[in-house]
Amino acid sequence: MRLSPDQLILWQHGALKLNATIAFTWGLMLLLTTAARLVTRRLSAQPQPSRWQNLLELVVSGIERQIGDIGLREPRKYLAFVGTLFLFVAAASLCTVVPGYVPPTSSLSTTVALALCVFVAVPVYGIAERGLAGYLQSYLEPTVIMLPFNIISELSRTLALAVRLFGNMMSGAMIIGILLTIAPFLFPIFMTALGLLTGMVQAYIFSVLAAVYIAAATSAGGPAPAAAPAPASRGGHDP
Amino acid sequence: MLVDWFTVVAQALNFLVLVWLMKRFLYQPILRAIDERERRIAAQLAQAEAMQAEAAEQRAGYQRLTGELEQQRAEALAQAAQQASAERERLIGQARAAADAWTALRQQALQNEARDLQQALVRRAQEQVFAIARKALADLASASLEERLAEVLTRHLRELGAEAQAQLAAALRSTSAALPAVVRSAFELPAAQRAAIQRSLDDRFEAGIVLRFETAPQLVCGIELTAGGQKVAWSIADYLTSLQQAVDELVRRPTEPAPLTQAP
Repeated sequence: MRLSPDQLILWQHGALKLNATIAFTWGLMLLLTTAARLVTRRLSAQPQPSRWQNLLELVVSGIERQIGDIGLREPRKYLAFVGTLFLFVAAASLCTVVPGYVPPTSSLSTTVALALCVFVAVPVYGIAERGLAGYLQSYLEPTVIMLPFNIISELSRTLALAVRLFGNMMSGAMIIGILLTIAPFLFPIFMTALGLLTGMVQAYIFSVLAAVYIAAATSAGGPAPAAAPAPASRGGHDP
Repeated sequence: MLVDWFTVVAQALNFLVLVWLMKRFLYQPILRAIDERERRIAAQLAQAEAMQAEAAEQRAGYQRLTGELEQQRAEALAQAAQQASAERERLIGQARAAADAWTALRQQALQNEARDLQQALVRRAQEQVFAIARKALADLASASLEERLAEVLTRHLRELGAEAQAQLAAALRSTSAALPAVVRSAFELPAAQRAAIQRSLDDRFEAGIVLRFETAPQLVCGIELTAGGQKVAWSIADYLTSLQQAVDELVRRPTEPAPLTQAP
């Protein structure tokens, strides 16, 4: 039994290889882009947009409002990054209803990649917003003594981000696989529904945490905001 | 090893590409559409507000106009009512005047009718009285009424007081052919009676008194002697007057009801 879709190699040429993770990711990218392109090809500025445009507007404006609620003053600057995090993770979870599909987020490589992106994005946004000195100053707050703890916090939360998503997604797919071998037909349906819910929750948690980290870095309050929902954000399958 | 670093790098690149794709094909178009719609809605709202303000202004104008029209209507109504009232008063006055005139005409006609009736009654009574008297006198004394009238005049002349007699004598003496004493009677006196009157005067006063005999129907069976402003007369006019009053009373009774206070 494979723990990760990384192990399913579809094509390899030297160091280059195409495994199931990358293939499913490309499939998701194609799906999301095609869907977005199909809907936004005929956008209307009329007071009554089409059904699909309405849905996408709801999603985009919902994400934008959520980013604003977290404390970022200009949500549209962060919408592409945070919104794509949410959409990618959510789409990866929703596609689990397709037989034979393995979510790329159940690969630790993918979640590490996403967490690394957040890890890089936080200082990028922080420096862009406050300048290099201002951003580095935030590591010395409230006192210089906190500097190592702030650095450890920065690293550990990136690790937690990656492992949390990986654990939830991998365990969801694993449980369904195990249950299919020991339980009759109906029970895995409930587990799949629960997995969908877990996936959506994880997508929300991942993107919100990324937004919170960015908000902490871009605001003058310091690297660790008090409103961070991290302790309460663990899902049911969180190891 | 669960982490394949090649996959990590590839997935990070994939993610960055996806971010760009989403930004290019999803967020930007959708946000543009939302902004455009908000801008349009804001423009429409502004336009609606402007139209509302304009409508409010027009409404105020119409209300002002309506108020003015209402006021003008009320004034016109009041004026019309005043004119109608004046016209009504005028018409009522006209009708009243016409009614009064008609009443006056009717009263006049009634009075004329009554007068004509009275005159007819008087004439009829006169004729009847005269006929009755004539017949009675003829039956009683075998003499005509004319004779009796002449006798009455003669008796009156005899019964005159001294002073009146003197005055009459002076008047008679002053008569001449040009200014004779006049004996008027309601009927033509027979020659015998004329002679008797002439004789009586001659006997009583003096001879040569010039007399002229005239008939005067208004004397109503009477006779009178007029000379130089002196007059001796007898007539049944007094009796007729009493009769006339009685007849008048009878005539008036149906048209003029007796006052309530006089009712038994």
